Amino acid sequence: MTTNELIEEGVAKLDGSAREVVLDFSAVDRIDPGAIGAMEKLAAEADQKAIKVALRGVHVDVYKVLKLVKLVPRFSFQ
Amino acid sequence: MPRENIAPPTKERIAYLDGLVGQARTAAAVFTQYTQADVDRIVKQMVLAGLPQAQRLARLAVEETRLGVMEDKAIKNMVAMEFVYNYVRDKRTVGPIRECEENGLVEVAEPIGVIFSLTPITNPTSTILFKCVMAIKTRNAMVFSPHPSAWRCCAEAMRIMYQAAVKHGAPEGVFTCVEAPTLEDNAYLMKHPDVRLVDATGGRGASRAAYSSGKPALGVGSGNTPVYLEKTADLDMAVVDIITSKTFDNGTICASEQTVVIDDEIYDRALKKFADLGVHICNEAETELLGHTVIDPVKKQMQPMAVGQKATDIARMIGLKVKPHTKLLIAPIKGVGPAYPLSVEKLFPVLAVCRTNSVDEALKLCIDVNHAGGLGHTAVIFSRDDEIIRQFSEAMNAGRIIVNSPGAIGALGGVYNDLVPTFSFGCGTGGGNSTMDNVNVYHYLNIKRVARRTPAHMWFRIPDQIYFDMKAVEHLRDFPSRSTLIITNAALEQMGHVNIVRRSIPPQTLVRVLAIPDAEPEVKVVMQGVETLNSYAVDQIVALGGGSVIDAAKIMKLKYEFPEADLEELAAPFLDIRKRVVRFPTQKTNHARLIAISTTSGTGSEVTPFAVLTDKARGRKVTLADYSLSPDVAIVDPQFVMSMPKGLTADTGIDCLTHALEAGVSTHASVYTDANAMQAIRLVFKYLPIAYENPRDEEARGMMHNAACIAALAFSNASVGVNHALAHAYGARFGVAHGRANALMLPHVVAYNASMPTKFRPSPNQRAYVAPKKYAMIADLLGLGGHTVDEKVANLVTAIEQLFDQLAVPRSIADLGISKEEFERAVPELAEIAFDDPSCRSNPRLPLIGELVDLFWKAYHGRCPAQVAGAPAEPEVEVCV
Repeated sequence: MTTNELIEEGVAKLDGSAREVVLDFSAVDRIDPGAIGAMEKLAAEADQKAIKVALRGVHVDVYKVLKLVKLVPRFSFQ
Repeated sequence: MPRENIAPPTKERIAYLDGLVGQARTAAAVFTQYTQADVDRIVKQMVLAGLPQAQRLARLAVEETRLGVMEDKAIKNMVAMEFVYNYVRDKRTVGPIRECEENGLVEVAEPIGVIFSLTPITNPTSTILFKCVMAIKTRNAMVFSPHPSAWRCCAEAMRIMYQAAVKHGAPEGVFTCVEAPTLEDNAYLMKHPDVRLVDATGGRGASRAAYSSGKPALGVGSGNTPVYLEKTADLDMAVVDIITSKTFDNGTICASEQTVVIDDEIYDRALKKFADLGVHICNEAETELLGHTVIDPVKKQMQPMAVGQKATDIARMIGLKVKPHTKLLIAPIKGVGPAYPLSVEKLFPVLAVCRTNSVDEALKLCIDVNHAGGLGHTAVIFSRDDEIIRQFSEAMNAGRIIVNSPGAIGALGGVYNDLVPTFSFGCGTGGGNSTMDNVNVYHYLNIKRVARRTPAHMWFRIPDQIYFDMKAVEHLRDFPSRSTLIITNAALEQMGHVNIVRRSIPPQTLVRVLAIPDAEPEVKVVMQGVETLNSYAVDQIVALGGGSVIDAAKIMKLKYEFPEADLEELAAPFLDIRKRVVRFPTQKTNHARLIAISTTSGTGSEVTPFAVLTDKARGRKVTLADYSLSPDVAIVDPQFVMSMPKGLTADTGIDCLTHALEAGVSTHASVYTDANAMQAIRLVFKYLPIAYENPRDEEARGMMHNAACIAALAFSNASVGVNHALAHAYGARFGVAHGRANALMLPHVVAYNASMPTKFRPSPNQRAYVAPKKYAMIADLLGLGGHTVDEKVANLVTAIEQLFDQLAVPRSIADLGISKEEFERAVPELAEIAFDDPSCRSNPRLPLIGELVDLFWKAYHGRCPAQVAGAPAEPEVEVCV
């Protein structure tokens, strides 16, 4: 599964009844600008629906990218 | 319009600019994941994509800017690709970039992020190509704002780089370019919160704006290159180089030559050579005309209309008749400054020349040019005289001093020399810039330094030879000497000790005796001794006595061998003997061997690198410390201590114990010093009471004499601690003998060091606060019992007090007859003196002044409660016993 597919899966889960969505990032070792754009959309939609999105197993390098683009506060990390 | 009055862009424009920065920010973040191999691959492909476009981009630049020469711009574009790539290809710019095993430092590259980059009209496409390579090599994203009259060709150069970069894996958005940029755009972007660095290549205005943006900035600016054409120069080469450089791209490179100062001897020949090679030499009227037209008479700056134009076009502009293929206009001027308009920067093929009659005058004229807008930039000299080149390089404030080469192309680096290739010339503070370097990859990186703990190297330094046990003095016959001075005191002479020593000295030696007062040496006594040493041209000193005599001999030897040694300066405080400000001298005027024979069993001065001098005028003791003070030979012969009185036996024995205990817990303690310290402690507890009670007991005397020496070997290398600092301070003030002064502090200091420090002392060699554990080990060594560290330390303190009781040592400072009022008056200053004492520097606890005051009062009242509260849990400590 690509990073974008993973995020799309997360977006799809936002339509369900769960109050929290967990995305497993443990297989993501690099993230590109497209994925960052998708994550921004995911965060915005989750905010709108008051659903928490948690990222599990985020690699340090990817976490640093999310920090630099200021996406860290918009997710929780496991 | 002043930049502070620039209006903000419209909302739509702000959205556009934010979009550019946003893309760059995402790209920069993504870029942090890239490896060195990733960026190197991308950079190579960008350069391969750019090289074939060099000529097309040059043509676009000339068409858009109407400046310069297409052929030259094509070369500049090639240099920006090929030469710059050649320089950076093997440079590490990702992750660890340099490792230095010697000092444990590793430098790690961290990208900057989003860089907002201004590029100039004069070198538009080449600067863009250069900066694109810099950005990718360093994993940064760049938002370009080219000069408004060059943005199309710059956007095209950037597009070529961007497409190649993204095609080979660079993150999208890594380069963006502001379309039709304005001052308002630039002002907004310079302060944009996501811009991490402003990188302004261009005129002084752009550079100033960058530095006043409030952001970290790499602003580089204009120059005014002086050239000294000196009489020894290779004139043919110089003339061709100057023409090549000054006409290159019609003089648009800011490092190009502006005013040539020519020695009188070669002036006419030089001008003729210029003329022969297609240069028009202006007459006086033409020079004046040029000065009034191509230089703005108010601003005293070049007129924009002339920048980057051909010499023939400039001539036509002002109605000057020149030959059709004239390359350059040379205008002879008579000086530099406002009265000579052509002495400023001219980014077009007009060159000022100035005749000079001497090197001195030439250098002054070059300084004038340098200071007329060229500070920090570039200076050029043509000469074969190395001394004049040296003088020139010292006189010029220029980041690039180009020797026997063209200024413009020389300064670019990598063509005529090994300067770092660049299209951004840092001009240092003279030019109002943050760097004087040729800007390149390392200016676009944050360099992190990983500093591993590097414990200081330890040592164990002792005299070359130590002779010990009864009759060891007979080894004196092994040391030939022409003239020997025995330094001693009158009492030892009367006791016959001096005669014993005399008998052991080889008979052919001329022996004299100097008896000094039996007290810690004063400067006056030392200087009298030095006079004696000089008058007898002594080559061997035998110091026979206690610590005072041996210390005096050490300082006499120092002043004898190094008459210029300044004792006051050498006593300057220091934290680390290896980094001390004042170094002991090494070039000896005289040579003398120092043999030290101790007649007490305490100070160990016969092996130590210390000497204490009494400064009567200031009421204090001055400690000199340096291994050059150590005696060359030590003789530890107990026959000289057999008759020590009981009081002296006790005081000196306690001094020895203090040395060992303080060395044992010192921050400079090592397994080598521990071995000596622990053995000395064991010997003191076993033999001191015997030597005290039975002074004629040879074994006890011998062992105490050895204990004093080996404790001194320990503290010579581990130093002592706060006990000595306190004892030095109040001992000097109240005239208390050193051993006794130590004794009254010792139980309190052990308890103090064993308790939880208020402040830990910075000490790379200490892996934990080990003092309590080491005291506990000493207690174990002495078989004092106890189960916990606290109990063992308490037992040690009790054992020390019991030992003192056996030795009938007074137990408080008050017992010495010092009134409370007198002590109270003295204590604040004594605490400060003690804090400054070098002994304090190796105490395991960093003492606070208030704590020193407390210790003084505890010692004043006497009797130490053998309690140690809050000793920290300690790891295992390796101690040699």
